[in-house]
Amino acid sequence: MDVVPKWAEVILVPLISLILAAILSALVILAIGEDPVAAVNLMITGALGSTYGWGYTLYYATNFLFTGLAVSVAFHAGLFNIGGEGQAMLGGLGVALACLLVPWPHWTIALLAATLAAALFGAAWAAIPAYLQARRGSHIVITTIMFNFIAAAVLNYVLVNLMRPAGSMDPATARFPEAVHLPTLHDILGVVGIEFSKSAPANVTFLIAILACVLVWLLLWRTWLGYEIRSYGKSESAAKYAGISPFAITMIAMLISGGLAGMMAINNVMGEAERLVLNAVEGAGFIGIAVALMGRNHPFGVFLAAILFGFLYQGGAELALWTSIPRELIVVIQALIILFTGALDNMVRMPLERLFLMIRRGNA
Amino acid sequence: MDFLTVIQLLDSTVRLATPLLLACLAGLFSERAGIFDIGLEGKMLAAAFFSAAVAALTGSVWVGLLAGIGASVALSLLHGLASITFRGNQLISGVAINFLAAGLTVLIAQDWFSQGGRTPSLMGGARFEPITLPFADALADVPFLGPVYAELISGHSILVYLAFLTVPVTWWVLFRTRFGLRLRAVGENPAAVDTAGVSVIGLRYAAVVICGVLCGIAGAYLSTALQAGFVKDMSAGRGFIALAALIFAKWRPWHALYATLLFGLFGALETRQDVITAVIGIKVQGQVLGALPYVMTVIILAGFVGKAIPPRAGGQPYVKER
Repeated sequence: MDVVPKWAEVILVPLISLILAAILSALVILAIGEDPVAAVNLMITGALGSTYGWGYTLYYATNFLFTGLAVSVAFHAGLFNIGGEGQAMLGGLGVALACLLVPWPHWTIALLAATLAAALFGAAWAAIPAYLQARRGSHIVITTIMFNFIAAAVLNYVLVNLMRPAGSMDPATARFPEAVHLPTLHDILGVVGIEFSKSAPANVTFLIAILACVLVWLLLWRTWLGYEIRSYGKSESAAKYAGISPFAITMIAMLISGGLAGMMAINNVMGEAERLVLNAVEGAGFIGIAVALMGRNHPFGVFLAAILFGFLYQGGAELALWTSIPRELIVVIQALIILFTGALDNMVRMPLERLFLMIRRGNA
Repeated sequence: MDFLTVIQLLDSTVRLATPLLLACLAGLFSERAGIFDIGLEGKMLAAAFFSAAVAALTGSVWVGLLAGIGASVALSLLHGLASITFRGNQLISGVAINFLAAGLTVLIAQDWFSQGGRTPSLMGGARFEPITLPFADALADVPFLGPVYAELISGHSILVYLAFLTVPVTWWVLFRTRFGLRLRAVGENPAAVDTAGVSVIGLRYAAVVICGVLCGIAGAYLSTALQAGFVKDMSAGRGFIALAALIFAKWRPWHALYATLLFGLFGALETRQDVITAVIGIKVQGQVLGALPYVMTVIILAGFVGKAIPPRAGGQPYVKER
């Protein structure tokens, strides 16, 4: 029997955790001699006060949607995928290959091909740790961490030695052709007559990310496979007894997870930079962990958390621009959110349990 | 390749292996007691910053070392609070600690020194200077043994000798004392320890604090001995390599020494690629060498080279039965 009702578990626990993280963040800002209220004001105007700010907020949110969904799908199968960073890096490689090797006639076809390539490359990079976990029993957390480092080395090697255009000193690929340019929110919203900032990088990928959210929800709660994934994550032994193959579920969940992480690359590589550079992922793979934890691994929660982190990212950049607070403040806030919603969630839940027990006794 | 090159290579191997060794032994204590710790990286980073910062402010490297250990132990206690007291997910807690250290160090560095997230360069008494062992200069001219003694064995900072001394001490504590026996038991079968009337929580906290102290020394070594000051993200994945070495060493102290020396050698070779080219005749890419420890860990983990079996109760919070 659950002592805490479902609504409290889903809303109250994360909310209190978030408030605790926010209070500590405010204390951190105070400790470095800045005014937290002014800082929050600046963040809000910088991230949400203009279509330019929104454009960046949604651009970052798109990245975090993909990596957040990636972490949560694996989490539902009881697997902690820390490898989003590496999988997204390899996804970028897939996008770059798809965009550079084939002369696409129109961006729509290119986008389909690039999405497929990104998902395939990301899934392939997740497949090895998944196989090693399922067949050889090596811990997926350690292997995915190692695969992040290996991915960085692979990408470094490929960019420096194979994909760098002749004569260029930059470890980066050539610029993608004009035909694969993705429409930005400025282009899309312009059709319906809404003025949206031209210089913000948010693009059509945001809509794909929302579609991915819906598909992941359908997969997890409306299909047989999703049911198997969730039951395997709840109890491995019970799932085995019910005839669910641990090998198949581990592989499938990690392939989907890696594919989702890889798909992040269509946003940052194809939509924004339009070429593949070193460190294109910029830590979004790790932020996916915080996003998934905050969103309680539900696609809708992940959506809200991704928007929040998009806001934090863009707001943090504005802070760094206008005050002496470094961008690393976001890393601290992210750490506190992971800590409170992920590791210290029992600290919030235990007193709540006691409270609800008291209320129930009072009613009985 | 001449003899002097070998000596130089081994010398930098020792330098680079030292922080790995300390962090690896730190992880050893924690994981033997059943607490997974992927926050080694963050603790080292926090210790590196606080030791450099306090050494810069006070001018004394010893005060700096204490500050570094203090910061690392504080993060350890946070990990303990999350994973022992509140029975949270140890992996998530470790991830959070890594981020916390990465962000806070730069934030505080900027606030204290306004030098773009670094500390001022350390000089004089604010650094750990190399120690010249007795007779090193006199013996330097003796063929073969002279250079080995003068260049390789002598001339390191005191923390290097401390790190190597920690290996037999760790072995002795874990395998020859009652505390060590209980600590290992708590990582294998906490219920049995509880039944025997020994506090599981107390032992696990003790292990986590020892882990913090060792990580603190490792971090202090990075910023006050290996380099002269703190720079952003200076632990550079060493915590994860130490974790890899720990698996490689199958959670044993002496094997930890060999594993970290091996990884130290990879690090030394990365900067001396001319040596590799001269020895095996092919040019090896730097990225390949850099990725080697990680690839090797994956292979070890997959059980292709002997099986690495972690402590059985690792990663699981202990819930007393009622």
